[in-house]
Amino acid sequence: MLEQLEGSRAVARTVALCRPEVIPAYPISPQTHIVEALSAMVKDGSLTPCEFVNVESEYAAMSVAIGASATGARTYTATASQGLLYMAEALYNASGLGLPVVMTVANRAIGAPINIWNDHSDSMSQRDCGWIQLYVESNQEAVDTHLLAFRLAEQLSLPVMVCMDGFILTHAYEQVHLPSQEQVDSYLPAYEPRQLLDPDEPVTIGAMVGPEAFTEVKYLAHVKQMQALDLIGQLAGELAGVLGRAQDGLLREYRCEDAETVVVALGSVLGTIEDAIDELRETGMKVGAVGIKAFRPFPVAEVRAALGHAARVVVVEKALALGVGGIVSQDVRIALGGANPVAGAPAHVYTVIAGLGGRPITAASLRTLLRDADSDNLEPLTFLDLNHELVERELARTRATRRTGPHAENMLRDIGVVAAGPV
Amino acid sequence: MTERRCGVSRMLGLAGSGEVNCMFQVRIHGRGGQGVVTAAELLSLAAFHEGRHAQAFPSFGSERTGAPVVSFCRIDEREIRTREPVSEPDALIVQDATLLHQVDVFGGLRADGYVLINSPRSFDELGLAEWTQGFRHERLLTVPAAEISREHIGQMRPNAALLGGMAALTGVVSLDAVLHAIGDRFSSKKLADGNAAAARDCHEHVLAHMQGEVSAHA
Repeated sequence: MLEQLEGSRAVARTVALCRPEVIPAYPISPQTHIVEALSAMVKDGSLTPCEFVNVESEYAAMSVAIGASATGARTYTATASQGLLYMAEALYNASGLGLPVVMTVANRAIGAPINIWNDHSDSMSQRDCGWIQLYVESNQEAVDTHLLAFRLAEQLSLPVMVCMDGFILTHAYEQVHLPSQEQVDSYLPAYEPRQLLDPDEPVTIGAMVGPEAFTEVKYLAHVKQMQALDLIGQLAGELAGVLGRAQDGLLREYRCEDAETVVVALGSVLGTIEDAIDELRETGMKVGAVGIKAFRPFPVAEVRAALGHAARVVVVEKALALGVGGIVSQDVRIALGGANPVAGAPAHVYTVIAGLGGRPITAASLRTLLRDADSDNLEPLTFLDLNHELVERELARTRATRRTGPHAENMLRDIGVVAAGPV
Repeated sequence: MTERRCGVSRMLGLAGSGEVNCMFQVRIHGRGGQGVVTAAELLSLAAFHEGRHAQAFPSFGSERTGAPVVSFCRIDEREIRTREPVSEPDALIVQDATLLHQVDVFGGLRADGYVLINSPRSFDELGLAEWTQGFRHERLLTVPAAEISREHIGQMRPNAALLGGMAALTGVVSLDAVLHAIGDRFSSKKLADGNAAAARDCHEHVLAHMQGEVSAHA
């Protein structure tokens, strides 16, 4: 049914239709509306049978999720930013134990400095924890992808995180087709666990594994992630049939057929990128975009195929590997053959760090960026819309005196920020 | 140049001779606690009820009563993909006139843009006479929305009322659609009815002013 509603609410209603049995949750901006909505549904009986567990922290949330999932309950939670970090140890446990927990990560920057706005540093910091990571471009995609997430998780016995841009998507009001209970039930059967803590048929889960088998257990986890590369496409196809609308699967190509410059990105910024591309295409520039939907596992073959014909690639990233540069760019370079590039591979892979801490990524900035890229007038690593003067001023301070005081406070004072956030 | 059928833009006379841009972008300024976010959501709901695409979102500042807040609403015939804040609004709503000389509320307003300010005073009385030079005079209005809302809902909460005024001023959504959205959004019948009455009142007020303008120039 087509409705106009807030992204978080659309996700909450969709998750409820997936019949979760246990939701252990701790609130954190900007996912709070999701778990609040779900708790209200459990309380008023519209989501049943389901136990909503108010826990004391995100670490507790994932710990309870592990316990619940191990007893065969379909389990869901949501978090962001510091909350994701707080449960880091438990994330590795959930994936290591092969438990199909589904979690929404409402992407938000990691402090310090404290920042409640969107970027991908939270989920990127956990890209190797063994969870499958799916990134969505719109609230419609968020809704559809949660269905796929539960199905994928349970089929593979691996946890899945659905990453949606905090505030930008979670707090945006837009139209969404919400599935019916019948549609969800036809796509998502009851959970059949591979392993089950059951007093009638006792097993232990959580063995200590020494050098004799640790590598093999890890290798199996890697194999399972690689299986997702095929499975995601299949399940997306099936979902498209059930919902009656196309699903992207591992990635989506936009106007790439004859593109000389291809932009790669994850999440909601793809919408703005597509608008910028349409405008640039009108001026004759041959530019396209690849939206990566499944980041873990990384669809090496599909990325290689999508970028193979381009002269250059511009990876727009909302996170930063401090001391190195891009994160997504590294995986893109692997796909293109790394140090031994595949024949015909793009000559340049540019990394553009953008949108950190919620800085808006504008079509105007993207157009300028892509025009520079198109004429190869771009550094290998760029920070979009960086205020060089502001940085220089602070660096000058550090050269002039030892006791500079905190950098963040100095810079805020320099730009005269007093009250609310960016306009 | 891609030609697109665009009912909204043509009706509003916003389509220039070249590229037809269907999108209508609104920016709403106010302070925390004044329902600025709800206003954008209501506007998007109104457009949705008319079968259009609409995207509403706030600028996410430190949530605190009294702090400046901005929200955005885009309306279009087709799917809205962009996610950046509205930097070149077609219309501005200012819910709190104390922001006028504190925050750059008018930044990026298009030359033929609309402005609706909640105030019992005129543009001149608000010290904005000079500023109005570059814009279309008949599209800049003030309306005592807070007083109107107090009459109908007992509080100075002009957000819903102002949307009634917006409908009259710009025609981007109909009053009916605004009333439909108000009915949907407020679960308390008293608040829904009161806000609807305030929106109607504001709508009348703006229409009357616009007709007065027309006859003054006739």
